[in-house]
Amino acid sequence: MSPLLEVKNLVTRFYTEEGAVHAVNGISYTLDKGESMAIVGESGSGKSVGVLSIMGLIPTPPGKIEGGVVLYNGQDLLDLSAREMADVRGKEIAMVFQDPMTSLNPVLTIRIQLTEALERHLSMSTEAASDRAVELLNLVGIPNAKDRINDYPHQFSGGQRQRIGIAMALLCNPGLLIADEPTTALDVTIQAQIMELVGDLQRQLGMAIIWITHDLGVVAGLVEKVAVMYGGFIVEMGSVKDVYKRTSHPYTLGLLESIPVIEGSDQQLIPIPGLPADLLKEPHHCPFAPRCRFVIDRCWEENPPLQIVTPTHQSACWRWQDIQALHSPDAAAALEVTTKTQQLAEDMAAAPPDILLEVRNLKKHFPILEGLLRRQTGAVRAVDGVSFEVRRGETLGLVGESGCGKSTTGQTILQLLKPTAGEVILDGQDLTKLDKEALRQARRHMQMIFQDPYASLNPRITVGEIVGEALDIHNIGSKASRQNRVIELLQLVGLNPYFVNRYPHEFSGGQRQRIGIARALATNPAFIVADEPISALDVSIQAQVINLMQELKEKLGLTYLFIAHDLSMVRYISDRVAVMYLGQMVELSDRNRLFDHPLHPYTQALLSAIPVPDPDREATRTRIVLKGDVPNPANPPSGCRFHTRCGFATEICQRKEPEFRNLGTAAVPHHVACHHADQFL
Amino acid sequence: MSRYIVNRLLVSIPVFFGITLIVFGLFALSPGDPVINIIGFASYVEMTPDQVEAVRIQFGLDQPWIIRYFRWLGDALQGDLGFPFKGSMSVTELLMDRLGPTLVLMGSSLLVSIIIGIPVGVIMGLRQYSLTDYFLTVVVFFNLSIPSFFLALGSIYIFALKLDLLPTSGMQTIGAPFSVTDRLLHLILPTMVLSSFYSGVWARYARSSILEVLGQDYIRTARAKGLLEWTVIARHAFRNALLPLVTVVTLSLPQLLGGAIIVETIFQWPGMGMLGWRATTTRDYPILMGVTLISASMILLSNLLADVLYGLVDPRIRYE
Repeated sequence: MSPLLEVKNLVTRFYTEEGAVHAVNGISYTLDKGESMAIVGESGSGKSVGVLSIMGLIPTPPGKIEGGVVLYNGQDLLDLSAREMADVRGKEIAMVFQDPMTSLNPVLTIRIQLTEALERHLSMSTEAASDRAVELLNLVGIPNAKDRINDYPHQFSGGQRQRIGIAMALLCNPGLLIADEPTTALDVTIQAQIMELVGDLQRQLGMAIIWITHDLGVVAGLVEKVAVMYGGFIVEMGSVKDVYKRTSHPYTLGLLESIPVIEGSDQQLIPIPGLPADLLKEPHHCPFAPRCRFVIDRCWEENPPLQIVTPTHQSACWRWQDIQALHSPDAAAALEVTTKTQQLAEDMAAAPPDILLEVRNLKKHFPILEGLLRRQTGAVRAVDGVSFEVRRGETLGLVGESGCGKSTTGQTILQLLKPTAGEVILDGQDLTKLDKEALRQARRHMQMIFQDPYASLNPRITVGEIVGEALDIHNIGSKASRQNRVIELLQLVGLNPYFVNRYPHEFSGGQRQRIGIARALATNPAFIVADEPISALDVSIQAQVINLMQELKEKLGLTYLFIAHDLSMVRYISDRVAVMYLGQMVELSDRNRLFDHPLHPYTQALLSAIPVPDPDREATRTRIVLKGDVPNPANPPSGCRFHTRCGFATEICQRKEPEFRNLGTAAVPHHVACHHADQFL
Repeated sequence: MSRYIVNRLLVSIPVFFGITLIVFGLFALSPGDPVINIIGFASYVEMTPDQVEAVRIQFGLDQPWIIRYFRWLGDALQGDLGFPFKGSMSVTELLMDRLGPTLVLMGSSLLVSIIIGIPVGVIMGLRQYSLTDYFLTVVVFFNLSIPSFFLALGSIYIFALKLDLLPTSGMQTIGAPFSVTDRLLHLILPTMVLSSFYSGVWARYARSSILEVLGQDYIRTARAKGLLEWTVIARHAFRNALLPLVTVVTLSLPQLLGGAIIVETIFQWPGMGMLGWRATTTRDYPILMGVTLISASMILLSNLLADVLYGLVDPRIRYE
């Protein structure tokens, strides 16, 4: 049987002012009917450009498909005219995109956006097309599809919009569905819903799938084979088992090592050093050689082609045998497993807690103003009565999905937002009671690392000015000593002090986040709020930044409030972890206790939703998929706020708000806000 | 929606009074004696101070300006805008007389500039960095940079004097009976001059707007559906590209009215611009206040119109 899709030596370049960008450098793979495959890589690996080239969606100019063959059912798609290609798109090959918030047209109803493909490809009448659209919306689980079909995209939640995007792709029963990071922009519980949906649909409809992702975890349980891309090449390709269990390329190995495994946190993250491949250079050597710890001379002389490991498994590495041998039992020990962080946490738990920050019943409500006189008609209860302590020298992880109030909590603690109620006591001083000048003085001791390293640095001032600004504001030291301090800070975060007069745009994302960290450290603060500091970075760079933060904490005795939605990273870096849902804290405990024995049904669902980069475990484990979306924080459910989505909810949950009580021991407390938590002990 | 419009109109009332108060004050406090213009400089130097004072009292100009303002406001609220210092028609009659021609010129210029400017901008955007784009960019810059008086005089010279195709000035042939063709012929040159600049402005905005929209994810989604390029542009790109243009065009309406002063003067178009300009040079406060009233309402209405239109074209915006 001939394959459904056969890509041979596909080469795509972009001709820009800086030169030719070698985005895709001759990739080849095949896909059978009904088969599912993942293409994994970081930004700039060519994974998206590769499939967009197949779809004829590369913007030309500047893009150009330089060579190769793309056979779909025996026909070369690259030979088709624009018009003929448009006949294939959406009908034979359909695509789901990354960001559901921007990939639907905001000014057209979803009915128009769904039916137009049917009218175009299948010449359906308006009514028949509408009926089919409703059918598909039902299939992807949009409630009341018939009544909602004339709504606009903004009237749906993010998860629902992605379901609509999927329905849109499936309208004409395509033979191949390409999903370009369809869950990356979604929260973890919604991601679980979408992954389950796509898996079900594939089994039902029997179409082939190419799933593009940067996250090896997401696809482990979802696809049959995996291609790993780096610098525009496929560097390793094989069945899921081959790639995850008999890894034969150092980049794949590096990716697997830089993601913390949720079960065991005792393994140190091994970041891939350096930066992603520079695509402006013609690739003459192995593109991964500059970052590879197994590099030999031959890697620099000759770019390794894909070599056959087994008939189903290929690797583009001269030393694939050596890499694969690392999986033998004695070699595993050589991978330097450290238990250092584990040990530290236990020491900390034994000593009497020294409280640096105490938050008592913190509330932040954003008023909803309406009418001519801007009368307040309600409030978004972003943070609604949160209490916790942060011990000196510890990292408290704060997790939850978007809209749960975790970032607002961080900003309210730092008084960047004025709290509606509650106390924030930092080192014995209640920040909410300080006047303007005293608060300004206090800011020296508390700093923030921001999420987006691209947006949070002023593009018009130099790195030196960015880092040194706080020193000027707080009048620390003389002019000369400030300059020395800036140099010292840059060195501390692993940047060349020579960069001091450069501007932020000259740096990569990871380097910018280092600048952001240096800026935060300038005044020698005791307490740092890190608000999703790595979520905008590539996987291999994330580990670099996390390791830096860990190192600085030990060196400078910092205390972190680490806000994130990536639970495995949180487990890795935190001593204790708090979980928030709809403005309230639902669970707080030591990280191992919380991750191994979660007591709140929401925490259990969150943990079960995390994809694991291990195909065996993905195959056997059961995922708790929460129904529906997070309720509106302006009008939270009565009683326990989670009861509308909870599988264990009973009558008392609707009526009575659960108390945040300790079900752990005095030494290792475990606080949880659930009426039914005892049954999970 | 209607409640929103009523609310907005109510909010406009204090703004409206504020504008008239400030403008009245500015005129009254600016140096120069209006009596000179009322009686003429020649008689002014011959008259005794007492006689001058008598004229001043006769026109109520001896009172402090704030009292004069409230006197004017009281009359204005009853629909009486008073009489100009010179001439026999009341200010209301004068304004009514002039408003029509201005609206005709403004409306036709706006229409022509939109019909030309937006498609030109869209074509430039769709053919970015092509020869067409470069050529149109040069044309647009020409339109934007050439002063309107120059374009007006130049076009009169070519089309009226040399080619003798169109009338040089005025709104109609003097003495001839009313004829639509005659009116249209008179309208062509001033409309061309006025819309030349504005079509350049709309083209620039339309170009950047369509370019931004074409880079959006939902355009890629539309293409991924296999829609024909024409459908992608017409259905998905164009309407989104129009959103910012709605604001820009409606907010430029008052400017278009003000910008007409030069063109109206050169073409002897009996509109508001000419009236306002003459009133300014002769310090004729009653007329100036009348013109202010009209332009203030134009600005407030344009703002309201911009918001309402925006709500109509963008479903994400809903007014309560």
